[in-house]
Amino acid sequence: MKKIASTLLLGCLFVVGTANAQSPQEGAPDVLVKNVTLEVVELIAKDKEIQSGNRAKLIELIEARVLPHFNFSAMTALAMGQSWNKASPEQKKRLTEEFRTLLVRTYASALAAYSDQRLEFRPLRAKPTDTDVTVNVRVIQSGAQPVPIDYNMEKTSSGWKVYDVMVGGVSLVANYRTEFNNAVREVGIDGLIKSLQTKNRSLAAPAAEKK
Amino acid sequence: MRGARSTLIALGLAALAGCATTGEGDPRDPLEPLNRVVYRFNEGLDEAVATPVATAYRDVVPGPLRTYVRNFFGNIADLLIGANNILQGKPDDGLQDWVRFLFNSFFGVFGINDVASDMGFEKHNEDFGQTLGRWGLGDGPYLVLPLLGPSSLRDGAGTALDFYFDPLGDVRPVRLRNSAVALRLTGTRADLLDAGRLLEEAALDKYVFLRDAYLQRRRSLVYDGRPPREPREDEKQDRPQREENEAAPAEKQGAAAAVNVVAGSSVNTSGPSENEKNR
Repeated sequence: MKKIASTLLLGCLFVVGTANAQSPQEGAPDVLVKNVTLEVVELIAKDKEIQSGNRAKLIELIEARVLPHFNFSAMTALAMGQSWNKASPEQKKRLTEEFRTLLVRTYASALAAYSDQRLEFRPLRAKPTDTDVTVNVRVIQSGAQPVPIDYNMEKTSSGWKVYDVMVGGVSLVANYRTEFNNAVREVGIDGLIKSLQTKNRSLAAPAAEKK
Repeated sequence: MRGARSTLIALGLAALAGCATTGEGDPRDPLEPLNRVVYRFNEGLDEAVATPVATAYRDVVPGPLRTYVRNFFGNIADLLIGANNILQGKPDDGLQDWVRFLFNSFFGVFGINDVASDMGFEKHNEDFGQTLGRWGLGDGPYLVLPLLGPSSLRDGAGTALDFYFDPLGDVRPVRLRNSAVALRLTGTRADLLDAGRLLEEAALDKYVFLRDAYLQRRRSLVYDGRPPREPREDEKQDRPQREENEAAPAEKQGAAAAVNVVAGSSVNTSGPSENEKNR
């Protein structure tokens, strides 16, 4: 009985804690995207080590600032499509971990390529009751059509989480679906996990050298 | 020369289309085995020639100068972009492209400065492949064209038209035209260097990753960034879990449309979505 009470109390504390951490303004998904993006861009611009190509430090920054706003198990489930239900809980966990690592490295490369393009944050047009929205950002570059970056976000108990990113109309998650399904058909789920691991290791090697 | 080139492309397309299809595989890519051969050939050539040249260009030519080059060719391209917008039934957008051309040619000094964008006349992305798509033509089989890379039967035909009407094609003497085309290619490839590295890092199978990205991208471009929802028939069973969230597509689509209408300029969606329903 005592145990239940203390668990409840802990639960309440946790809820209060997260409620406090999230100021009302930051609650809106478009404000969240804007704040996080501007913060990360500024941190990168200030950091000489990242500027000179320290990939490990950039990944650290992404892990700390960006990742908490992504729902990786939802992304992995979407990318796996029908194969997701065939995976065991353990396989799901490992798939999510490997996919997450791969996406973080890719994201780091994309950020490293970012130079001085202007960013335009579009106001969100959604009802306050919506729980699934798309936040539009555009990268403006001279002499070229602006590149839209759309974040598909879902409201969860721990705040808004990104479950897909579309760059120029190309959904990152959908783009992995064929690859993943081919791999599952040819080498099975464990085979896919293995090839993701191999891929991640090969990418980690050059990054470590630069350290 | 120009005629010869488009004939060559047309012949290539016909030959590819005539090839036998293979059993298992992606229905959008019946010519996958052949495409993979062409893909490997292109990749080899790209590694041996295009990437080194583009890298040298990026390392040697200062950033602002590269922007001038990009703007200069982008300005010329606006002429055909405008024509395509008009062919797609978007006269406002088409006129905007031509206004861009006039402004940038005069106030932007032969187009090397994109002053029109700063004034709010945004650049568009159109070509004949998109126009054919807008008119209701599907992609057709995915194709990897020699030298040109990812395409489709529809976009390959579009590219032939793009080449045929390319204003640079009329530049004489021929040597100057060839230099201009080479510079444009180099600049374009240099802009894609980072994307190439990303592809290298992100993909398990680069061929598949690039193909799917190409088809998604073209679909988005045909509908000017606002494609209707994909028909879910064949995909229904391969969307587990999330189905609850996807359960109200109509409502979501409505919301998305509202966002788009507010966010961007108005667009004629009725034609293509009609089309989509009939598919």
